[in-house]
This record gives sequence, structure tokens and C-alpha cells, in this order.
Amino acid sequence: MQTLLILGGGTAGTMIANKLSSRLARSDWRVIVVDKDDIHDYQPGYLFIPFGINTPEQVRRSMHTFLAEGVELVMGEVDVVEPDAKLVRLEGGREIGYDYLVIATGTTPRPDQTPGMLGDEWHKSVNEFYTFEGALALRDALRRFEGGRLVMHITELPIKCPVAPLEFVMLADDYLRERGLRERTEIVYVTPLDGAFTKPVASRELGHHLEQRHIQVEPDFMIESVDQERKVIVSYDEREVAYDLLVTVPLNMGADFVARSGLGDELNYVPVDKHTMRSTAYGTIFALGDAGNLPTSKAGSVAHFSVEIFVENFLQLVAGKPMTHSFDGHANCFVESGGGKALLLDFNYDTEPLTGTFPLPKVGPMSLLKESRANHLGKLAFRHIYWNILLPGRPMPLPAAMSMSGKNVE
Amino acid sequence: MPVTTIAGREIDVDAEGFLTKPEQWDEALAETLAANIGITLTDAHWVPIHFLRKDFETQKETATLRRVSTVGGIPVKELFALFPGKPAKKMSYIAGLQKPKGCV
Ligand SMILES: Cc1cc2nc3c(=O)[nH]c(=O)nc-3n(C[C@H](O)[C@H](O)[C@H](O)COP(=O)(O)OP(=O)(O)OC[C@H]3O[C@@H](n4cnc5c(N)ncnc54)[C@H](O)[C@@H]3O)c2cc1C
Repeated sequence: MQTLLILGGGTAGTMIANKLSSRLARSDWRVIVVDKDDIHDYQPGYLFIPFGINTPEQVRRSMHTFLAEGVELVMGEVDVVEPDAKLVRLEGGREIGYDYLVIATGTTPRPDQTPGMLGDEWHKSVNEFYTFEGALALRDALRRFEGGRLVMHITELPIKCPVAPLEFVMLADDYLRERGLRERTEIVYVTPLDGAFTKPVASRELGHHLEQRHIQVEPDFMIESVDQERKVIVSYDEREVAYDLLVTVPLNMGADFVARSGLGDELNYVPVDKHTMRSTAYGTIFALGDAGNLPTSKAGSVAHFSVEIFVENFLQLVAGKPMTHSFDGHANCFVESGGGKALLLDFNYDTEPLTGTFPLPKVGPMSLLKESRANHLGKLAFRHIYWNILLPGRPMPLPAAMSMSGKNVE
Repeated sequence: MPVTTIAGREIDVDAEGFLTKPEQWDEALAETLAANIGITLTDAHWVPIHFLRKDFETQKETATLRRVSTVGGIPVKELFALFPGKPAKKMSYIAGLQKPKGCV
């Protein structure tokens, strides 16, 4: 009997468990998932909660209901991995041995890493929407907001879903307009990057959208601290940005046990081969989803496409064959731009997001890097696709590899 | 990829002027690159630049600002003082490396 041990039952862990449990012989394999609680959130929904577009109930489910029969779910917080002994210790002392280990514990916002962020005003005038609780607190803060300076701030890259802060300001622009508060509000977008986004063409297109909406950009801002009393954020080069309502994306970090186990880089991400997601240090360990250090966006779509590749490779590996599938870094991200429209970015390791149509040339129906209603409907529909198709591991009509078809090369 | 002449030598650079062949770099070139962006190298500047070069040998990619501070032990505040405004970009430019791609 062999054991496949999966740490983390989120997007990546759940898909892997479901796909592999149906393809590995029950008589030969145990598939075990460890998670610290039985909660599975649809995290893209956190963006919509502050504006009342999604309700809290729509984004939260019970983890175990998504795991196929035969997958064992163990509740516990991972304490440490001992790669040489092929053993995982949980807090409280329980040990689980493995033949193969998948680290899928994602990435977590860490406000404790920036001095002054976690003061008395945390989740009051200093907010975030990268957790369930944060999204609810921000919804309430927005309801109380009566105008002033609304500052959206990103601490440091990489963050999961790097377009979410852009979506937030565009949705906020709409929301404030509807409430008659836009004239009385300055929206400021503060980023450590030198523009709106990480990749040049997308940065230019998205930059236009911010300009049209009179959203100011404060680039190259590396935060040193938050001063909650004076209501300013301070950068290392001593610039100050004042806020009435601050919405920050705290530093994102991989799980602390990754560092304790000697498996992580300086942000606790597991160094992996970018085409196979296999640990560069141990052949029996893989890291999928946000937990690894793949040089592409940390996004559910990346988790999905890379899991498809991993599953095929894993079956080859345990059959004693070479792994022939290679992940290209494919990411596919909807960017909500307000007014019932959205943009779509489609890119991989080698190709930055370009303009064009998706998935078919000319006809689309979705448009790349341009606002459209179809994109918006695609984004809203995705919650259903996530719960009903993606997590159960049913096939999706989207290939894992990116296609150049429909893209305009500049 | 364009080729440019820096300090009398032919050097391969990308559209933004970052070296694409780190092996074409040496300390004399670093002085010229630094001067291009208005920086005169002092002992304090050389510490992070040498760290970047050394780290690149093992990691095969440019260290991020965070890595220079946590692994290299140089406080971010100091990096901003040495390389005003955009320390990550400026350091990697002078060290003859691509800018760090931590940002995706
Ligand atoms: C606001 C927001 C908007 C987003 N929008 C989009 C979008 O539009 N499109 C898109 O593609 N992606 C989006 N994402 C990103 C997407 O949600 C993540 O990339 C995806 O969920 C990553 O999956 P994962 O399996 O790696 O991690 P997760 O789904 O986060 O799962 C990690 C699991 O590990 C568990 N865990 C962590 N540490 C431990 C431990 N020590 N012991 C035990 N268990 C542990 C956690 O409880 C969790 O269940 C968004 C994310 C956010 C926050």
C-alpha cells in the first residue's frame, strides 16, 4: 500500500485528490488530505462581498463535501515535514508517513509583517479583502464611508490574484458613484510596481482604465509602516500617503511549516521545477497551486491548469515511466472593471497578456484586454463552474496549454 | 536583442538596457553602468552588488529586494538610501543582471 499525502484541501489539493483517487487503484493507494479546518471558500468571491455582489453564503462551503469517496480527510495543522523520513507531523503530535507528498497549502495574507498594520484600527479604517472576515469588515466599512480618501495599497509582489486590487478600485468607483459619493472621494492606487500591472501591454491597457476613472496611481511605493493615528502609510523612501479608508493587500507568504521544514524560499514558497511542479530538493515532493514558486500569477486558473499536467505526470511517475507533460505557466484571469463589464487576460511564461479574442479568433465570444459584457458574465458564472465542475475534477472545455489563436501580437 | 557599446565594449542589453548576458559584466563595467544612472559606487554599494552576483550564480535568477534584505542581511531602508527610488531595478542594472521577476 502506498500513500499520497496532500497538505491543504483548497483549490489545488481538492482537484488533485479527486482526480487521482479515481485513477489510482484503490487496492494499492491511500489518498489523504490534511487541512486545518473543514472550510472551503471560493476566494474570488471575497472581492465581491464588500460591494454586496456576492453574499457570504455564496462563497463558503464545507470542504469534505467536495472530496470524492475514498479520499481520507484529516483535520489538523501541519507542524513540520521531515523529507528524509518521509513523514509529516501535525500539531498535537500526530504523524503521517507518505510515499509522495503534495504541498498545496497556498499563500496567506500576513498583516503582522508590516509595522503598524495590525493596530486598533485593523478591520475598521485599515481593511483588506483577502480573508472572509476581512471582506465582511470591509463591506461594513464601505457602508459607513461618507467620502474622503480611499486608498488601495499593495504591500509587495507576488500576491495571489494580482489583478484583484485593480478590480477593487474599479468596482469601488462604480459603487461610490451609485451612492452619490464619488465627487467627494479621491481614489488612490498605491503599488510597489512602476505601473498598474506587472506586464507591459496589460499595464498600459489597465492604466488607461484607471485614468478614465480618475483613479490616481502612486507607483514604486514600498511600504515601511502604517501610522494609524495620523492615518498615513509611509514608504522606505519617506513618502507618505494619507487615507481615510485604507484597503491593503498585506504581504502574502506561504505557510510557516514550509520554512520550519527547510523547504521554502524567503517568502516560504517551495522552489519547484516550473514545468513539473516537482520540488528541486526532493523527488518525492511536489508543490501545486500558490504554495510553489512558479514564475506566473498565483491564481486559481494556474492551479487548475498545472494540476491537469501534474496528474498525468504523476500517473507516469508511479508507473515507472518518464514524466512527459510540461506546464507552460498558463494563466487566465478575468478583471472586473465595473459597469457590468470585465476584461480578460490570458498569458503564460513566455507570452505576456495581449489584446485579441478568446478562445476563438475574431468571434471570441470573449475579448482579451478589452472590456465586454461577455467577460463579466464569464466571471460571474465562474463561481458555479468552480463548485460544480472544477473542484469535483470534472473535465473543463479549456486546454491546459495557452493558445496563440486569437491573440494580436504587437 | 540590441547590442550597445558601453565603456568601449560591445554589450548585449534588453529594451530597457539591462544586460542579457551576465558573463559580459565586470567591476569596471559596473562603475560605468552606475554612472549612467547617476550613482558613484562606494564600499556600501558594492556589498549588495556582490551579493546579487553571488546569489545569481546559485539561483540563476536575480534576487528580489526582500531576498537581498533577508538573505543578504542589508536593511531595505539602506538599499533605498544607496539606490534612491527604485533600488531593485537600479541594483540589478548595475550588477549586470535582469531586473528581478518577483512581480507576476
Ligand atoms: C480576493 C481574491 C480574489 C481572487 N480572484 C481570483 C480570480 O478571479 N481568478 C483566479 O484564478 N484566482 C483568483 N484568486 C486566487 C485563488 O483563489 C487562489 O490562487 C487559489 O485558491 C489557490 O489554490 P491553492 O490550493 O493553492 O490554495 P488555497 O485554495 O488557498 O488552499 C490552501 C489550503 O491549505 C490549508 N492550509 C494552509 N496552511 C495549513 C497548515 N499549516 N496546515 C493545514 N492546512 C493548511 C488552508 O486551510 C486551505 O484550505 C483570488 C484570491 C483572492 C484572495
